[in-house]
Amino acid sequence: MNNTQTVTADEILRSAQELRAEVGVDFHEKLVEAVYTDAARLADRAVTRPDQKARFDLDATIDRIVTDRRWGFLLMILLFTLVLWITIEGANVPSRMIANLLLDTIHPWLKSLAAAISMPWWLDGLLIDGMYLATAWVVSVMLPPMAIFFPLFTLLEDFGYLPRVSFNLDALFRRAGAHGKQALSMMMGFGCNAAGVVATRIIDSPRERLIAIITNNFALCNGRWPTQIMIATVFIGGLVPAHLAGLISAASVVGVALLGVGFTFLVSWFLSRTMLRGEVSTFSLELPPYRPPRFWQTIYTSLIDRTIYVLWRAIVFAMPAGAAIWLVANITIGGTSIAEYIINFVNPFGVLLGLNGVILLAYIVAIPANEIVIPTILMLTVLVTGVDTGAGAGVMFELESGADMLSLFTAGGWTLLTAVNLMLFSLVHNPCSTTIFTIYKETGSAKWTTVAALLPVVMGFGLTFFLAQIWRLLAAL
Amino acid sequence: MAPSDGCEGCPAHNAANLLKLGVDMQDWNYVVALAGNPNTGKSTVFNALTGLRQHTGNWPGKTVSRAEGGFEFGSARYKIVDLPGTYSLLATSLDEQVARNFILFGQPDVTIVVVDASRLERNLNLALQVMEITDRVVVCLNLIDEAERHGLKVDERRLARDLGVPVIPTVARYNRGMDELVKAIHEVATGEVRPRPFKVRSTTGVLKSALEKLEREILQLYPELPNVRWVALRLLDGDEDIIRALRSGELGNLFQMEQPVEEQRQTLMAEGS
Repeated sequence: MNNTQTVTADEILRSAQELRAEVGVDFHEKLVEAVYTDAARLADRAVTRPDQKARFDLDATIDRIVTDRRWGFLLMILLFTLVLWITIEGANVPSRMIANLLLDTIHPWLKSLAAAISMPWWLDGLLIDGMYLATAWVVSVMLPPMAIFFPLFTLLEDFGYLPRVSFNLDALFRRAGAHGKQALSMMMGFGCNAAGVVATRIIDSPRERLIAIITNNFALCNGRWPTQIMIATVFIGGLVPAHLAGLISAASVVGVALLGVGFTFLVSWFLSRTMLRGEVSTFSLELPPYRPPRFWQTIYTSLIDRTIYVLWRAIVFAMPAGAAIWLVANITIGGTSIAEYIINFVNPFGVLLGLNGVILLAYIVAIPANEIVIPTILMLTVLVTGVDTGAGAGVMFELESGADMLSLFTAGGWTLLTAVNLMLFSLVHNPCSTTIFTIYKETGSAKWTTVAALLPVVMGFGLTFFLAQIWRLLAAL
Repeated sequence: MAPSDGCEGCPAHNAANLLKLGVDMQDWNYVVALAGNPNTGKSTVFNALTGLRQHTGNWPGKTVSRAEGGFEFGSARYKIVDLPGTYSLLATSLDEQVARNFILFGQPDVTIVVVDASRLERNLNLALQVMEITDRVVVCLNLIDEAERHGLKVDERRLARDLGVPVIPTVARYNRGMDELVKAIHEVATGEVRPRPFKVRSTTGVLKSALEKLEREILQLYPELPNVRWVALRLLDGDEDIIRALRSGELGNLFQMEQPVEEQRQTLMAEGS
């Protein structure tokens, strides 16, 4: 400061450092206090409150109920059960209508068209029985539940319910050694895990952010909802009288989703005590005011943003998968198809887990997208069992009702254990390739990406194996 | 970017800086940053301005990455960059860093601060911090319908006078006040209106004198730096990005902001006459 003209950047930095010591550690608080003081004064001058008397505050009343220690959790579970129940009950009719159109009407028409122009059998099979049918299947299975589920979920989101969920869960997350905001990234994960992983950016501490990223996969993403809903409807719903079927199926799907939340806590707890030890940081969470959702716009945006987006992704992955499945089912070596070789090879391992070879192969095929698990399982089951559906090997077909599907699965050797374990494995397995890639981009670390990808698979194997052993032990009694 | 080389007459004078921040300024005349607390309807304002339908949600932290869109007004094309919603610009989290650095180094022509009229006190904290970084601020006083529902009345004229920047009351959900907002953006971008923002004054004692000392030194190195106090604050806080910018001399480029715009305005006026 002696020579005014030649003060250098380093000198400034040095005096900044000296001054930092001078102003002390509460520098930040002083500064924030100054800003707050001015903001409060300015706001006070501009705002007038015409009626000062305490009015009935609807928001506060709702908040007291939905964030109550007991009612809050109960209400949360009831709300999500209701949403799923409406989805399951409501999706039946449109699902059948779409299937009638795409599979009963258009598929035979395409086949006859192919015959009319005398298309070679392999091309006809690859294009129509493989790619077209896989796509048609994905559309008819996934579109109706998604077109109901996403708007409902979005309405809840727009109303302002999600931050309350996160408020309810905060204490649990803290006890698990994780950040309370993880509840929000988890909620995003229920939509899409890749989006959930990106949403963890709201967490400041790298340690807690990693925990949130690794555990996000335990939030049941929308690619897995259809699998859960379908298996629950066919197997669990079939256990009870027809009028209860919808409700019980919904309840079991909620059970799986809650189990996922439980795993989130458990794994967070484990990580924060082993690989990612550290202090829990504090944060403030604003409970936003409730806002009446703009109904039609919400429906519109959730249809465009989520339903169509997810469906499109599923279709993009279903077409090549359909082709691949048709090929492995129809290319034979020594009279046996490639698919059967693979299935027979992994089957003993699958059975050990209470699953089967078909399911394991389907999960390998479905690494790019969880959405195509169910169609793949159906196609491969038909191939293995040789159930006559009037279509050739590796061809997807239409199943009129849950009963048809049940009889097919039973022919494939499925039991209630297979169904339950499939639901569990669908919850606890590796993230899809999109999510893995997103994790890599967000963490920039191959090590943590590997942990995030492998930890759930290992857990899934352990969980299903354990359950299968107990189940068989009990069945033997 | 060499000072004044080809900068005159080019409205997107800070294009190089913006490009570094990932904003392509080709075909755009002005860049507008959208800041605000989480859950103030920032994304709704973004959608209303751009006609895009980026999904909005009623929970804080919805927008974690940056969204971009654009609109036209008069003959000028505006690019809007939706910044992550933050409560302040003083912390170390990634979202605040993104917002902070964009406003400082990106030098947007206008920064809109969306504030929730029903929670004015808390929201003004961010507005005051933005106003420390840049003068070119428009406050979008959103959700006035909700404030009214809570029995609050916000005197936007008084607020505008106190803050020294345009304050536009809006209900972005129902497109109310959006025309006025666009007009205010235009006026600030073209320099028709030159905001003179209120600067935080309640700093006291050691902090105040420390800041003043640091400001003096910085001004010796960069006499034309417009937001010297903010830079001093960040240096005191040990902000790595600012320290780097100071070392590399990048900070010195920031003063250009005022000059070319002034020149450009004169050119425009000359053309007009």
